[in-house]
Amino acid sequence: MKLITIAGPPSSGKTAVTIKAIASLQQDGVHVGVVKFDSLSTQDQSLYEKQGVEVMNGLSGNLCPDHFFVSNVSDCLAWGVEKGFDLLVIESAGLCNRCAPHIQGVLAVCVIDNLSGVDTPKKIGPMLKMSDVVVITKGDIVSQAEREVFSYRVRQVNANATIINVNGLTGQGGHELGKLLLHAPETPDLEGRLLRFSMPAALCSYCLGQRKIGSDFQMGNVKKMDFT
Amino acid sequence: MPMDKENREFISLPMAELLRLAPFAGDFFSSLGLELPGEEISPAEYFTSLDAELLEDLGLERQSLPGCFTAFMELLENLKGGADSAHIESITIRGGHDKSGRAEEFDLTVKPGEVICIVGPTGSGKSRFLADIEWMAQGDTPTGRSILINGAAPEPAQRFSLEHKLVAQLSQNMNFVMDLTVEEFITMHAESRMVDDIPSVTAVIIELANDLAGEKFTPQTPVTALSGGQSRALMIADTSCLSTSPIVLIDEIENAGIDRKRAVHTLVDKRKIVLMATHDPILALMGERRLVFKNGGIATIIDTSREERANLVRFEEMDAMLGAVRNALRNGEMIGKMSGFFVATGIYGGPRALLLCVRG
Repeated sequence: MKLITIAGPPSSGKTAVTIKAIASLQQDGVHVGVVKFDSLSTQDQSLYEKQGVEVMNGLSGNLCPDHFFVSNVSDCLAWGVEKGFDLLVIESAGLCNRCAPHIQGVLAVCVIDNLSGVDTPKKIGPMLKMSDVVVITKGDIVSQAEREVFSYRVRQVNANATIINVNGLTGQGGHELGKLLLHAPETPDLEGRLLRFSMPAALCSYCLGQRKIGSDFQMGNVKKMDFT
Repeated sequence: MPMDKENREFISLPMAELLRLAPFAGDFFSSLGLELPGEEISPAEYFTSLDAELLEDLGLERQSLPGCFTAFMELLENLKGGADSAHIESITIRGGHDKSGRAEEFDLTVKPGEVICIVGPTGSGKSRFLADIEWMAQGDTPTGRSILINGAAPEPAQRFSLEHKLVAQLSQNMNFVMDLTVEEFITMHAESRMVDDIPSVTAVIIELANDLAGEKFTPQTPVTALSGGQSRALMIADTSCLSTSPIVLIDEIENAGIDRKRAVHTLVDKRKIVLMATHDPILALMGERRLVFKNGGIATIIDTSREERANLVRFEEMDAMLGAVRNALRNGEMIGKMSGFFVATGIYGGPRALLLCVRG
C-alpha cells in the first residue's frame, strides 16, 4: 500500500483538495482510504463518506495533535493494509506551524493557501520546508501577481518540492494532484522509520494540566524570552 | 541550465562577494528566518557556525542547508534566464474527446499575439480546457488532449517549473489580499521576477495601467482602494510586463472603468497569447477564432468572419453610447428621452457634448 501524509495550516483546504484528488483516483479504480486527525471535533468525516471514501477519525483531545499522530501512525497503516486500500491518506490537523507529521520515505504533501498572504511561506516550518509536494489553494480569489509572488516565496523556502495549484471548489488541478499521489512509494510498515524533523519539545508543568501563571508554577522544559 | 560548478563556488564565496554577484542571494537567509552572515564569511562557513539550538527552534537541519542553498541559487539562475529559455513560438492543442467520448478531431495551433475566445455555458468544459493547457496534458487528463510546445511534447520537468508556467489567469473575482500601495505591490512582484531595473519597470506598469483605467490612480494609492476597473487595469499592465507566462487567460472584462479593447491590445502587443472566456460581443468578435464548448469538449471552432467583424463597428457605437449614459449618471446628470437618438453630455474624462444616434 502507498502511504501519503497531508499537512497544512487550519482552513487551508486540505480536505477539499484531498477529496478532489481522491475523486479522480477513484475514477481510475484506485481504492483510497483516509485517516483524519483533528483535535476537538471534525465534520470532515461526512465529506469523505459522501465521496464514498472509507475514513477513520483520530481526535487528540487534550494531547498535542502531532504527537498523538506519531503515536498512532503505525496503527493507521495496519488498518489501511487490513482494509486492502491501494493508497492511504493521512490528513493531519496542522496546528502550530513548527510541527510536521512528515516521515522519511513517505510522500509528504503540504497544503497552503494564497489568502494567507505572501509572508506565510516564511512562517511555516518543516511542514512546508520538508514536503515533497506543495499544493497551493484559493488561487482564484487573489490577483495573478500575488499568486506568482506566493509560489515564488514557497520556492524560496523549498526549492525541491513540486508545486501545484489546486482549486478545492472547482477541482481544477485535482486530477493532476491525484497523479502525483500515485507516485508515492510503497510503505509496507513504519517500525523504526524516522520523522523528517523532530517535533517541538513540550514537557513542562502546563503540559500536565497546570493553569496558574507565575514563575513558581513553571517546571520542566521552560524557555524565557529575552527582553534586553 | 543550472551550473553546478558555479553553485558550489557560490557557497564558498564570502558574503560581500556573493551579494555583489547575486544580490537576491540574501533572500535565502531571511526566508528561513536566519540573520544575514557577516561580509567576510561564506555561506558554507556560516552553516557550520550556526547554533544547534537556533536551528532546532527554526525547524532547520544543518546537513540539509547546503543542499537547500544550492537549490535556491539554481532557482535564481533559472528565473533570471527563464524569460529567454522559455521562448515560445507556438502552442498546439491536440484534440481529445468530450464527456461522452466523442472525438474532438482538431489540432489547434496558437501563436503569440493571437486572441482566441472561449464560449459556452457554465460546466461545458472551459475550466478543464485551461487545466489541460496549464498542466501541459499528454493524453493523461480526462479529456485525452495533448499539448505541444513549439511543435514538440514538453519535457516532464517543464510541467511543474515556476519559470515555464504557461498560463497567467486574470479572473473575474480576484482581490488584493495585501495591504500595500500600488508602487510597493508592483515592486514586490518585480523583485520576485529578479527584474534588473525595478523602479523604471514599476513606473511603466503604473503609467500603462492608468492609461487603461477610466479613473486615474497614483503610485501611492493602496491596492485595496482600487476600483474593479482600476484593479483589472493594473493586473493587465502588470501581467503584460512582468509575467513570463506566454498565455493570458481573461474571464470576462467587466464594463466599467476600463478600456477593454485597449486592454486586450496591450497584451497582444507584448506578444501574449490571449484566451478570453467572454460573451461580450465586442471582445468575442475581436478574437481570430472562437472555441465553442459543449459537453466537456470543443464542439466547433469558428473563425471570425468578415461579416461578423463588420458588425463590430455597430457594437462599438452602441457600447460608446451606453458608456456615455453611464458617465452621465456618474456625474449626476439627467438622461434625456430616448427616441431614436438622444444627447448625453460627457464622455470618459471630458465634458464634451456627444450626439449619439441609435440606428436600426
